[in-house]
Amino acid sequence: MQFLSPEEWQAVALSLRVALWATVLSLPPGIFVAFALARWEFPGKQLLNGLVHLPLILPPVVTGYLLLLTFGTRGPVGAPLAELGIVFAFRWTGAALAAAIMGFPLLVRAIRLSIEAVDPRLEQAAGTLGASRLWVFGTVTLPLILPGILAGAILAFAKAMGEFGATITFVSNIPGETRTLPSAIYAFLQVPGGEASALRLVAVSVVIAMAALLLSEVLSRRIAARVGGA
Amino acid sequence: MSLSVDIRHRLGDFSLDAQFEAPQGVSVLFGRSGSGKSTIVNAVAGLLRPDAGRIALGDVPLFDADKRLHVPLHRRRLGYIFQDARLFPHLTVRQNLAYGRFFAPKAESGASFDHVTEMLGLGHLLSRRPATLSGGERQRTAIGRALLAKPRLLLADEPLAALDAERKAEILPYFERLRDEADVPILYVSHAPSEVARLATSVIAIRNGRVVRQGPASVILSDPAVTPLGPRAAGAMIETTLLNQHPDGLSELQAGALRLLVPRVDRPAGAPVRVHIEAQDVMIALTRPEGISALNVLPVIVRGIRMGNGPGALVQLDANGALLLARITRRSVGALGLAEGMQVHAVLKAVSVSRQSVEGTA
Repeated sequence: MQFLSPEEWQAVALSLRVALWATVLSLPPGIFVAFALARWEFPGKQLLNGLVHLPLILPPVVTGYLLLLTFGTRGPVGAPLAELGIVFAFRWTGAALAAAIMGFPLLVRAIRLSIEAVDPRLEQAAGTLGASRLWVFGTVTLPLILPGILAGAILAFAKAMGEFGATITFVSNIPGETRTLPSAIYAFLQVPGGEASALRLVAVSVVIAMAALLLSEVLSRRIAARVGGA
Repeated sequence: MSLSVDIRHRLGDFSLDAQFEAPQGVSVLFGRSGSGKSTIVNAVAGLLRPDAGRIALGDVPLFDADKRLHVPLHRRRLGYIFQDARLFPHLTVRQNLAYGRFFAPKAESGASFDHVTEMLGLGHLLSRRPATLSGGERQRTAIGRALLAKPRLLLADEPLAALDAERKAEILPYFERLRDEADVPILYVSHAPSEVARLATSVIAIRNGRVVRQGPASVILSDPAVTPLGPRAAGAMIETTLLNQHPDGLSELQAGALRLLVPRVDRPAGAPVRVHIEAQDVMIALTRPEGISALNVLPVIVRGIRMGNGPGALVQLDANGALLLARITRRSVGALGLAEGMQVHAVLKAVSVSRQSVEGTA
């Protein structure tokens, strides 16, 4: 396919990789935090809630800078991790981390809402039938919140595909390593004659976004038919 | 295996202090809504942790406040049939039925899947989802699901209360079969006298969080001092056998020397039949009335009288060992000069015994 130049294709592939990793890796903690916020009472609950939502309200540049301070090679978390060989700063892994953090509030919100919609009396019924808490979660709660998880994951994925401010602040704009779709569009717009490339990438963005939306629509309909039974 | 309960619990202004033993068969917790019946059942199930006391099933303790023992919900092995069925919407009827079986010990014997689906008439529903079932079908599935978990005790919290009269009539016979065929004790919560009369082996009358009386259904229901729902809903239950069918659509029942004519009961001669006779349907006459349309005129002895606060009174009558209740006015008690030990006649119209009041006609 000659529609995209190798450089443009590199940005698209990188973005897909970053967004996929960001979404997949934030799902387990996302479900856990959503469950904790929806069902448990514990000290510091509001603090956790605030922390989760912070990236939504802070300017992305601030989030990116805070990530750089924390996860940079000399940061309090980044330094020990770097000794283990896990480096975030100026790597595509850092782009994935930034995307995950920025998408996390959207993910948690959607899943939390769906957990709150699950009737706890169904979970009680499963308990009386001999299912431990973990089994209840796996066989009753999880299947019932699947539409919410899917919606949250799509939102997080879309956010990750479009994340710009935090990414460019945290991991810069290195071709092939951290130059994701939005960064590439931005970079192409900075050089003379780059508009054509930028436009092609914009078209790709639109297609990916539409495809994700359609996919989620189809999947959620299937799940709704299975869960609702009607 | 019997269930023994001795618990105390406070919930705001309400205090529960209940002690009872539920033997094999159906034990009905009988009382008004708000009397604490559901609290007791939830404590037995493990959904609620009482403040004090102990609960044991046979010699297996489920809860003991002194020993800080509270067996968690999922380890109690009790089948709980909820008022609102609570089927899993994302599973088929078959998967719902199999759910509890999956967690039950494999080695233990229990009712077989085929037997339960056959008994509850679920065979043609197995691939359906709960959303497409009628209320009665849902409740039948819920009963099967609880039964297939190989429970050591079945709990049923007003399982018929959410259903209309027709559905109730559909489900009640299944509980009767459960009582007679399944080898599992049942703790059944109800505030419907007709359900109690039809199902109960033993009745535990609850009022304001206390156990008022406990005993066989025929004794408790005919006791004018108990009536947990108030005198208006009072009625006795008599255990009879079907003597014969009359060609004009009536059935003759027998309990000792007592003969009773009721609308046709579709059962073979010799079958056991329980009859619920509401106190307000029974009249009292000093002498045997002549030229009266009522078919049942029974010689009885007055065993007890309870004067109400209003104009009514409840009179307990002994018909050759079968106990009846009559609700009449205090004025009539005075006018007839009723007193304990008097020989009178109880008058009961055959048609006032409704079909729902007779076991086995649904």
